[in-house]
This record gives sequence, structure tokens and C-alpha cells, in this order.
Amino acid sequence: MFSEEKLNKVKEIIARYPEGKQKSALIPLLHLAQEEFGGWLSPETMDYVGSLLQITPIEVYEVATFYSMFNLKPVGKYLFEVCQTGPCMLNGSDQIIDYIKQKLKIGVGETTPDGLFTLKTVECLGACGYAPMMQLGKHFREHLTPEKVDAIIAECRSKANAN
Amino acid sequence: MQLLQNAGQKQTQTKEQVRRIINEYMGRKLLLDKAHIEGIRYYDTYRKNGGYEAAGKVFKTMSPDLVVEEVKKSGLRGRGGAGFPTGMKWSFLAKPEGVPRYLVCNADESEPGTFKDRYLMEFLPHLLIEGLLIASYALGSHSTYIYIRGEYAWIPDILEEAIAEAKQNGWLGKNIQGTGFDLEIYVQRGAGAYICGEETALIESLEGKRGNPRIKPPFPAVKGLWQCPTVVNNVETLAAVVPIINIGGEEYAKIGIGKSTGTKLISACGNIKKPGVYEIDMTISVEEFIYSDEYCGGIPKGKRLKACIPGGSSVPILPANLLLKTAKGETRMMTYESLNDGGFATGSMMGSGGFVVLDEDQCVVRNTYTLARFYHHESCGQCSPCREGTGWMKRVLHNIEYGKGKMSDIDLLWDIQRKIEGNTICPLGDAAAWPVAAAIRHFRDEFEWHVKNPNAAQQRNFGIAHYADPLPVAAAAV
Ligand SMILES: Cc1cc2nc3c(=O)[nH]c(=O)nc-3n(C[C@H](O)[C@H](O)[C@H](O)COP(=O)(O)O)c2cc1C
Ligand code: SF4
Ligand code: FES
Repeated sequence: MFSEEKLNKVKEIIARYPEGKQKSALIPLLHLAQEEFGGWLSPETMDYVGSLLQITPIEVYEVATFYSMFNLKPVGKYLFEVCQTGPCMLNGSDQIIDYIKQKLKIGVGETTPDGLFTLKTVECLGACGYAPMMQLGKHFREHLTPEKVDAIIAECRSKANAN
Repeated sequence: MQLLQNAGQKQTQTKEQVRRIINEYMGRKLLLDKAHIEGIRYYDTYRKNGGYEAAGKVFKTMSPDLVVEEVKKSGLRGRGGAGFPTGMKWSFLAKPEGVPRYLVCNADESEPGTFKDRYLMEFLPHLLIEGLLIASYALGSHSTYIYIRGEYAWIPDILEEAIAEAKQNGWLGKNIQGTGFDLEIYVQRGAGAYICGEETALIESLEGKRGNPRIKPPFPAVKGLWQCPTVVNNVETLAAVVPIINIGGEEYAKIGIGKSTGTKLISACGNIKKPGVYEIDMTISVEEFIYSDEYCGGIPKGKRLKACIPGGSSVPILPANLLLKTAKGETRMMTYESLNDGGFATGSMMGSGGFVVLDEDQCVVRNTYTLARFYHHESCGQCSPCREGTGWMKRVLHNIEYGKGKMSDIDLLWDIQRKIEGNTICPLGDAAAWPVAAAIRHFRDEFEWHVKNPNAAQQRNFGIAHYADPLPVAAAAV
């Protein structure tokens, strides 16, 4: 269940569309739910979002499964989404992916046993000129090198320890 | 000299006229001219530097139809990839009585190699808001949506802040500047789907559905968002409306060559010294763009230029010799027409302006494989030629790249791409077919090398550098 504050946000989002077109709020609400409820969308979460918009569960599932940013399984606290498309490949994204695999001892699509890190490969994120790159949470990490990857991993570990 | 000859041919202008245009407008910037000013992201600085003057002029002196006329005069062509004349698109918008009309800004920007809209939104959000305001007034849209790709997760905050500032200063909301015109602008995030850049898929997504493109007709201009008449325009297209109003459509049309009017943002990446977003007036040559210090600054580490994808991943890749000169031996220019000179046999396209450079060490097979994987990943799956064909091409390319290919696979690839092209609901099928076709057309020997040398192909994970017989590439002219 969303907090009072988030429910107000939900109302504000629905008000952006004409009467009766509240289904348009589905993707924004799924983003909100994913942020709020542990970084992924469980069936319960999806049903809840559907109930807020008065649409059937299947209308939510078919959308949630279409878009690659919605995680339908739990992911680590820190999700490394590394771009592997042409322009990044030309600038060494393959080596960066290999480096992360070796460093975290996981394969693509896997999560470290401590639940901290998940590695995912993604297609072009619109940072081709600043390659290689990855998305971490809300932001992009660009011009990646092995040293930068080390620093990012250390940064995540210390943040996790602080909590 | 070559430049002048080309320009002259295309436009039937005298050499003197062309020279004047080139001298006068060389390096002219209309979109990024103020990008360097500190604080330009915020309303006060933007306003102090001439911001919202175009909108003010429109509200004081122009009817909506006059704005459309001005955009027509400018010759502005859509910057999202297809290059359709914007003024004409606007004039097609149906205006049935009592039905709302919508403007939607396409900020989905997901074509590999393209990152120019991001730059505009991050650094000049008010330029986009002002463009949206003018365009919404011209089209009669009272609710305008910016559909932005979900991965640009920090940009909606920037845009929403700019929207709030504009509202506080009377440029959005009710009765804007006392004209009686009302407008709200909303930012909607996507969630990771390249196909949502296609305008009808975008509309579906905005309606809270899967991004499946619609069959056209009806076109969005008649039945778009919530079945109402809708115009979908790219971020850069809408931003360009501001300078068009400021300097006038006719003045804007004087910049550039032939039907490539005005300035264009190019996002340059790959193997170049200075990757980034550049504004060019469409009068420079491809060679100048790659080698001049004002733009890409040449190829790093003294390497030679091998190939280039000049307009985003969907457009045909060209080998260096055909990139710098057309098949007729003319200098290739950074214009819609010149990049397309020779059709797909020996030319390419301006596309979305995503300029990807490959140096001599890069493997065209591997590059093509990553693009095929991209299109397979992004196919919405509605049409079987696209859904099955993209996956098939990906698998065959994977085999060739990893030393498990057969000679017949190359013809098979050719055959698959040919069967996709033109047989699908939306152009994503074509966009997936073209890069494969062009790679085989121009680099067939490289595919054959992979088949003939499976062990060497297998051993190298990261592309084939300096393989047995280097391909003849045009020497880099500095
Ligand atoms: C698969 C596909 C992806 C597209 N992606 C984008 C995009 O990310 N941004 C964009 O502006 N146009 C994109 N387009 C083009 C749009 O369909 C549409 O033509 C464009 O937004 C019109 O705006 P313009 O006339 O201002 O260029 C895409 C088209 C296709 C077929
Ligand atoms: S061509 Fe591909 S992406 Fe376009 S509608 Fe068909 S299946 Fe979907
Ligand atoms: S190819 Fe990696 S961000 Fe574009």
C-alpha cells in the first residue's frame, strides 16, 4: 500500500489525463510502485496498481511484461545495467562487462549471494558518446574503466554498510 | 571548391549566392548558441538571454495559422529520423469541432548512436518548453505531453522544474499572457522500449498499453491520442521552432543547402577524438565533420577511418571511400540529400543524426551482430517477419561472428533481410533489415573471412583487428 503522500502523487498523475483515461497513468504508477516496493513488481504489487486505476489485472501484467525496465523478479540492492550495443561495444563495453563479472563473481542476470549486486546487460541507453556506460539507479555512470568500476562497487558497499 | 560546386548543383543558385550563404552562415548556431551560459537551465537566465521572446512575439503578433505558415516557409524537416516537412505535417492536423487536439513531444530517443535530445533537455529545458508553447498554440493543443524514455530518469525533474518556472512567470497555465490561450505540459516516462519512439506505439504507450504500433491509416493527424487528432514531433524539431520565429522562416531557410534547411544536431560517437553533440549548419562536408577540430577532431591513436553509420543504427553503414565521396566522386556533405546520394546502393541517410565512426580495428560483423541483437530485443512481436526475422538474423550473425558460420549463411542473411523489408506494420522491420543489408553489401569479404577462418574468429572475443588481408580503406585525408 502506498503512503498518504504517494497516494496524493497518484491522484496528481491521474489528473493529467482527461476523464475516464486514467489507464494512461499505468506506466507512471508502475514506476512509482517499483521504487516503493523493493525494486521489483510482484503479482500483488501489480494487482494493487490495477485496483488503483480500476483496470483488470491482465491489463497491468501485459504492460509490465512488455517494458524492459520493470523487474518481474527480485533484484539486488544495486542493479548494474551495462549497455552492450554497437557504439558502446566499439569503445570496450565487452571488456567492462567481463570485468564486472569477474569482480563480482556473477554472470549476466545473476545476483551476488549477499543480495547487493545484480548485473544486467541492456541495449543503447542514449549515452553512446560517453561510452562505455551503465545505469545505476536514477543516474548514468559514463566513461567506465576498470578503476571506475572498482570505485562504484566500493561506493555501493559503503552505502549499504552505512544503512 | 568542391563544396561550392555541389551546393550550386543542388540548388540552382549562382556560385556567388552560395558563397555568400556559406560565408555568412558558416558555423551558425541557433539551438546551442546559448548552451554555454551558466544557469541557462533556469528561467531567469534564459529569459535575460532572449528566452520567451519568440513566444511573446507569437502571442502579440501572430495567429496560429501564421505560425504554421512561418514553419512551412522555414523548410524545417522532422529531426526524429524520417525528415518529413514539419509545417506540412502541422497543416494536415484534422480540426473537427468540439474534439480536443494534442501535441506530443517525442523524447523517446533510443536509436543507437543518438543522444542529442537528451542534451537539449538537460541543458536547455526552457528552449524545449518555449518551442512546445509555440507549437501548442499553433496547433490548438491545451494538454501537451512530453514522452521521455524511462532510462533518462533524472531528466523529468529538470523538465518539471522548468515547467513550474514557466508557469510561475505566466507562460503556462490559464490565459497565458492575457491571450485567453490555456496550456498544460506534462512529462510522461516510458519504461524501456525502443519501439515506443515510433509515433503510434508512443501513443499506445501513453494510453497505458503495450507499445504495439498501429496500422496506418488512420494517421495520428486524424485519430491519434485517445482517438483525437494528434501531432507527434521530435524534441529537436520543436526546439527549432523558437529560432524560426525569432529570425523568421525565410531567414532560416537560407541556411543550409537545397531542402536541408537550418541547423541540425549531430550526436557523434564511436572511434573519434571528441565524441559529443554538435550543431552544424548543413553546409559542411562529412570529411570536415570527422576531421575538423571544431567537430569530431579525427580518429584517435592515428588510426584510419574504416566505416561510418552516419544517421543512427538503422541507416546503412558506409565504407570510408563512399562516406567521404559519393559514387559520382562528389564530396559528400552533411545534408539530407547528399547523405542519401546513390540511394542505398552507395549512399545512406541523415536519419536521427546519430553519427557512429568505426576505425580500422573494428569488426563490422560484430558491430552488425550487436545491432541485430538490439532490433530483435526491441521488436514488439506483432508481425511475424519482424519477430522471427530479427531473431533469425541475430542467430546467424552470432554463428558467423563466433566462427560457426557457413558460406551459405551470408546469402541466407541477405534473403532474410529482404523478406522483412516492406512486409511489416511499422518501419522497425526495415530498420532491422537495412544495417544487415548494407554490411553485406559493402563488407562481404569480412563476413567471408569469418567463415574461412573459424578458429581465428573464435579466439577473438572483441572483434577482428588487423585480420589477414586488411580491406582497402580510403586513406584519411587530413
Ligand atoms: C522504430 C522507430 C523508432 C523511432 N524512434 C524515434 C525516437 O526515439 N524519437 C523520435 O523523435 N522519433 C522516432 N521515430 C520517428 C517517429 O515515428 C516520428 O516519425 C517522429 O517522432 C516524428 O517527429 P518529427 O517529424 O519531428 O521528426 C521512430 C520511428 C520508428 C519506426
Ligand atoms: S515491424 Fe516489428 S516492431 Fe514494428 S509492428 Fe511489426 S513486429 Fe512490431
Ligand atoms: S550504445 Fe551504449 S549508450 Fe548508446
